Amino acid sequence: MPLQTPPLRGIHDERGAKFTEFGGWDMPVEFDSIQTEHAAVREDVGVFDVSHMGQIHVTGPDATALMQRLTSNDVSRLAVGDSQYAAITDEDGIIVDDTVVYRLPDESDDPTYLFVPNAGTDEATHERWLSYRNEWELEATVDNRTDEYAMFAVQGPNAADRLERVTDESVADLARFEARYATIDGVDCWTARTGYTGEDGFELIVPWAAAEETWTAFDCQPCGLGARDTLRIEAGLLLAGQDFDAESNPRTPYEAGIGFTVALETEFVGRDALAAIEEAGVDERLVGFQLIDRGVPRHGYDITNAESRVIGTVTSGTMSPTVEKPIGLGYVPVAYAEPGTTLQVVVRGQSKKARVETTPFIETVQ
Amino acid sequence: MSFDVPDERRYLESHEWALETDGVVRVGISDFAQDELGDVVFVELPDEGDVLEGGTEFGVVESIKAVSDLYAPVGGEVVAINEALFDAPELVNEDPFGEGWMLEIDADDPDELEALLTADEYEDQIA
Repeated sequence: MPLQTPPLRGIHDERGAKFTEFGGWDMPVEFDSIQTEHAAVREDVGVFDVSHMGQIHVTGPDATALMQRLTSNDVSRLAVGDSQYAAITDEDGIIVDDTVVYRLPDESDDPTYLFVPNAGTDEATHERWLSYRNEWELEATVDNRTDEYAMFAVQGPNAADRLERVTDESVADLARFEARYATIDGVDCWTARTGYTGEDGFELIVPWAAAEETWTAFDCQPCGLGARDTLRIEAGLLLAGQDFDAESNPRTPYEAGIGFTVALETEFVGRDALAAIEEAGVDERLVGFQLIDRGVPRHGYDITNAESRVIGTVTSGTMSPTVEKPIGLGYVPVAYAEPGTTLQVVVRGQSKKARVETTPFIETVQ
Repeated sequence: MSFDVPDERRYLESHEWALETDGVVRVGISDFAQDELGDVVFVELPDEGDVLEGGTEFGVVESIKAVSDLYAPVGGEVVAINEALFDAPELVNEDPFGEGWMLEIDADDPDELEALLTADEYEDQIA
């Protein structure tokens, strides 16, 4: 299958970006260097093209009911302009995807939602929504608008200042997880104070045709998926397909450390299974760890205990540009999950000492 | 983008360079290789005194995004390693043909170098 290309492929290429395949998209992985881009986001501001993220639009009299039954969080809490992080789970409570749900201004008096599934999952998610809508006979329209919108993340402690320079309206007063339309060069951009770097920042959903002008308006460090990965690991944030995967690494929100997205008082697919798991407790949990010995932990490396018995697997790892230590995430039995516990990570055949740490590894914006 | 490929060295297809002086061969990775890897954060090298076989793996260079094995251009005893890389692996990015060198091998047979790529041939490979 040919790779999908973001609207700015040409602009990124001219800027000297290196590219990688991600979720079926040809995306910039690095513009200058991962460390340069990472530091820009931690210390100043950087902008990411995240147009590979899906956009699905749901409206109609039963839009709230449909969203409520297919996402783990409590959608009814969202006022217009609010957003929330949620899991999408199957009947067994296994995470199929994670997403952010935005409540847009109501359309024709009906509640209207936009949610953002991960790269490459938009078609399956769209199908899932349509299929359940039909089964439950709900009145809602569900449109996959991934190809209609670009998405940018402007992230860093100076993100608000930078955005204020290009929007007609102030957005600095938005609270975390709050959003509204703001105009950049005459184009309405859905502007949310959200992001996936652990820093303050904004995500903008921009009409595909206006992507170039909007991107060019941000005169700041362009960042690729490489820096996005190091930033999100430091922030202890999950990567779909790596830290959880319904096929290769099936996990519940409780195991993955996102139990806060589960609103058991609502009815959703997977709710009953999760209620039982919440009651019984989990056997394994995602932990953050730091390698004490020299080396870099990578996805797929074994985690062992002092007796060299394999007890888990590294799901994400990197040399942290901010704390300058090798850090990672991985699932281990709860008996090994307490911060301070010593583990071993097998790096190319050699056991390296590691210690369980509290995540996030850095101070983040809540 | 053009990369530095100094003439006086020999190159491996796996992007190491080799520079011989009086039978001792200094080894590092090319400018192209450091650029492909991106920010180098870790280098694993053999110990002085280890004996290597030409063409076999002698260590690992890791950047934030990738892990890459390192291969010996010639066989012989390791007579020096660049310990500066343990604290400053970024030297590989900053100066791959100079301060970013990795090890020196007392070559069993310096003629082994003749089988490696010349600068021109290596330039064609990365073009």
